[in-house]
Amino acid sequence: MEIVKLLNALPGACAQGLIWGIMAIGVYITYKVLDLADLTVDGTMATGGAVCVMLMLNGHSAGFSLLVAVGAGMLAGLVTGILHTVMGIPAILAGILTQLGLYSINLRIMGGRANQSIGVDQYDLWVSLRWVKDVPFYKNPIFVVGLFVILLIAVLYWFFGTELGCSIRATGCNANMSRAQGINTDISKILGLVISNGIVAFSSGLYAQYQGFADVNAGRGAIVIGLAAVIIGQVVFGKIRGNFAFKLLSVAFGAIIYYLVLQIVLKLGLEPNDLKLLSAFVVAVFLSIPYLKGKYFAKPVKRGGASNA
Amino acid sequence: MLRIEHIWKTFNVGTVNEKTALKDLSLELKEGDFVTVIGGNGAGKSTMLNAVAGVWPVDEGKIFIDDIDVTRLPEHKRAAYLGRVFQDPMTGTAANMQIQENLALALRRGNFRFLKSGITKAEREDYQEKLKVLDLGLEERMTSKVGLLSGGQRQALTLLMATLKKPKLLLLDEHTAALDPKTAAKVLDATERIVGRDHLTTLMITHNMKDAIAHGNRLIMMYEGNVIYDVSGEEKKRLKVADLLAKFEQASGGEFANDRMILT
Repeated sequence: MEIVKLLNALPGACAQGLIWGIMAIGVYITYKVLDLADLTVDGTMATGGAVCVMLMLNGHSAGFSLLVAVGAGMLAGLVTGILHTVMGIPAILAGILTQLGLYSINLRIMGGRANQSIGVDQYDLWVSLRWVKDVPFYKNPIFVVGLFVILLIAVLYWFFGTELGCSIRATGCNANMSRAQGINTDISKILGLVISNGIVAFSSGLYAQYQGFADVNAGRGAIVIGLAAVIIGQVVFGKIRGNFAFKLLSVAFGAIIYYLVLQIVLKLGLEPNDLKLLSAFVVAVFLSIPYLKGKYFAKPVKRGGASNA
Repeated sequence: MLRIEHIWKTFNVGTVNEKTALKDLSLELKEGDFVTVIGGNGAGKSTMLNAVAGVWPVDEGKIFIDDIDVTRLPEHKRAAYLGRVFQDPMTGTAANMQIQENLALALRRGNFRFLKSGITKAEREDYQEKLKVLDLGLEERMTSKVGLLSGGQRQALTLLMATLKKPKLLLLDEHTAALDPKTAAKVLDATERIVGRDHLTTLMITHNMKDAIAHGNRLIMMYEGNVIYDVSGEEKKRLKVADLLAKFEQASGGEFANDRMILT
């Protein structure tokens, strides 16, 4: 009986995981490409949904509302970027400041209420949890969001191959070298934060539609879930040598795995309220593994390459 | 070519660590000059190079490259005129990017970067030819991550990147100091070849007095933030290490050159 219940919950977990996968791809850009931990996303993950739902309640289309949501997310990224580069505030603190400010802004966007719901029957949504089963495939959120994920990865793969994209990657890899090669590293960082938060806000907008409501607390701990997805993707698919597109895809799959595991532990009897603790624990463990491995289980490595230098 | 006019730089102003690294330093380089720079620790050699590169603003004075006043230009804008190789092999390259991607970044130094392709097919063939000049077999490993290369290979690659787009001025900050003697000789050899081929105006810091004498057409010695000895042409060719040591002791009031300067 439990197994059947679990199987019934899987498509929903899959769809939810895919939506958060988009968010995790945004986190990947700051955390892995730019080498910054950007905590703005905890705010942006609520902002996108708030903007999207409020616009739709006011009669705008889902597409237009999502577009504006992306713009709002980009604006949040811009603020963090300016705080970090122009004002010289450490990246983590800059993100926290923006995130905190966004809480008030998110409440204002939602007319002072902590949440705003949007009915699937009255509004023309792109995705909804009501369509996980028994609908034509093109309405299924797994298909719709999966399409967005592929599209997003294609665009990002192209972008990070351009001159501008390469300069952002170089900035994350070695800022000194980048400046010596004429790259304005401040602009690179701001641009990376803007793109990342735009993607997160898009995910947030989709998530609000999927759930049928926007919530001011929707982003609490979002960075941890994003990191979890990045890390799970790395652990599960890291052995396969793939290009940048494959790495982004593995992040999306990481998010799906995260939500599947979540469903399983919920069915095993864990309280939903304990999930955040579990997430924090899992991420802490996985983040510390490389360090602990290097410190306590270091194998002597033969130094190669120097002889033919 | 390069004109440094009365620059001053003090670090950690108002603290116990306050240090005036450059004191009213002036220097002029002619087109095609290959100048070697020597001096003890804390003489201001690297500080001078960083001042030219614009790593931070100078307190006073002016810096001109080709009569363009670059004193107020930020580091990434000055990069259009400069090729730089650093002492630490890790500094000059992006470890997580491919060899060819690093070269492509260097080729676009000074260009406005937008949505054009980050690396083209024609470029790749060109890089392959240029990597062959280094004679390290890197042309076979164009798509390898730079992080997999040895220190010497990375320095040679950085040198190629610094000169891929012909700079007005090449700044070499002890770029062989972190390498073993054999590799250092190889990188120095490549430096000599590239500078000679492209007639690059070059400022090369070195701790090795023999290298300072053997390379370039001009040698300057720095002490406490200023140039205390400047020799070029025939006079430089006749220089011996002993002459330099004597000069150094004279300038520093009998203080001995440090071990590293004597031993290398």
